[in-house]
Amino acid sequence: MDKTPALLGLMSEGSTHGYDLKQRYDSVFGTDRPIAFGQIYATLARMIRDGYISALGAEPGEGPDRKRYEITVAGRAHLREWMQTPDTPSPTLHTNLFAKTILALMLDDDAEALLDIQRREHLARMRELTTDKQNASLLDRLAIDHALFQIEADLRWIDMTSARLGDMRKEIGHHG
Amino acid sequence: MAEDIINAAGLFKNFGTTEALRGIDLTVKRGEVLAVMGPSGSGKSTLIHCLAGVLTPDSGAVVLDGQDLGSLSTDKRARLRLTRVGFVFQFGQLLPDLTATDNVALPLLMGGKQRRDATKTAREWLDKLGMADQAGKVPGDMSGGQAQRVAIARALATRPAVIFADEPTGSLDSVAAENVITSMLDAVREAGTTVVLITHDARTAAYADREVIVRDGRLSAATRGAAA
Repeated sequence: MDKTPALLGLMSEGSTHGYDLKQRYDSVFGTDRPIAFGQIYATLARMIRDGYISALGAEPGEGPDRKRYEITVAGRAHLREWMQTPDTPSPTLHTNLFAKTILALMLDDDAEALLDIQRREHLARMRELTTDKQNASLLDRLAIDHALFQIEADLRWIDMTSARLGDMRKEIGHHG
Repeated sequence: MAEDIINAAGLFKNFGTTEALRGIDLTVKRGEVLAVMGPSGSGKSTLIHCLAGVLTPDSGAVVLDGQDLGSLSTDKRARLRLTRVGFVFQFGQLLPDLTATDNVALPLLMGGKQRRDATKTAREWLDKLGMADQAGKVPGDMSGGQAQRVAIARALATRPAVIFADEPTGSLDSVAAENVITSMLDAVREAGTTVVLITHDARTAAYADREVIVRDGRLSAATRGAAA
């Protein structure tokens, strides 16, 4: 999963500390693989450098870092562009698409449109493979079939997710 | 660019309190193969029935092969369907007591062709669909995929401008589905026939030139207006 836009998405509801951001990330995306503090702070530093967030200054209190961070206009634009850009079908696609869908629901964005954009990208790739398949050798056809079935599995996930958006919205509401 | 063979604008259709179509605009080019996808109950079948003149929309207009369906009498619309439109369904469309040849010849005879000519044309289409050696069989002696190919031959035999196919591979396994869809599309592309193909199956849709997704009686924005 692309950590930068995922963290930007979690920051778009209001300013936050690095520690809170990690807690939030782990509860939404990192149930099985929590994000390391080091990675949070390294990503925050990169996002400041790129102008996606700004540091609001330190607050008194316990802990190693009580700085608050806030998403900038450029950060919101980057997040939006990422969410609306379909991913190339690949074995690791689901992590990005999962993050985009969850964030769209959290931010009350159009999750259905996002899934449709991805569905279209998948179908376009399937169409290319299907065209290649028609003049391919039997061995190549087998390889292409394998790729087609993998993309189809993604599409089924997209269909199922699309059908469950209403329920997910409620769940995310409880979560947040 | 090819001309529009179907031009639908502002289609609305209700069944009682159920809104099946809620404002669909769609154009299909002559010779194009369009896949219509979407969840069950989204309005796909209602849409193609309106496009084919089987159902009349509550509002909106459909121009099919140059004819404004709303301006035609019931008889003229039926005539247009018989001569310019072919249908293929998921199953159950062949007459069980007739051979493959007679099933394919039937619409030609109904259209006024002589039996000898109708039989000759039927055999030619069965041959194009790879079914020449099954011509004398009745549907009960064929596999599901073979029966679908006969149904496709029958739909194409009248040389329609448009074929509407509603889940033509829906009851077939993967290999049979692929054989049916490839033989159908080879035949329609050679004949220049337009196809509007409802399918749940992405691998089948991938043979089309483009797809639209129907959801809650509307076209999804991601696929709307994406003419090939």
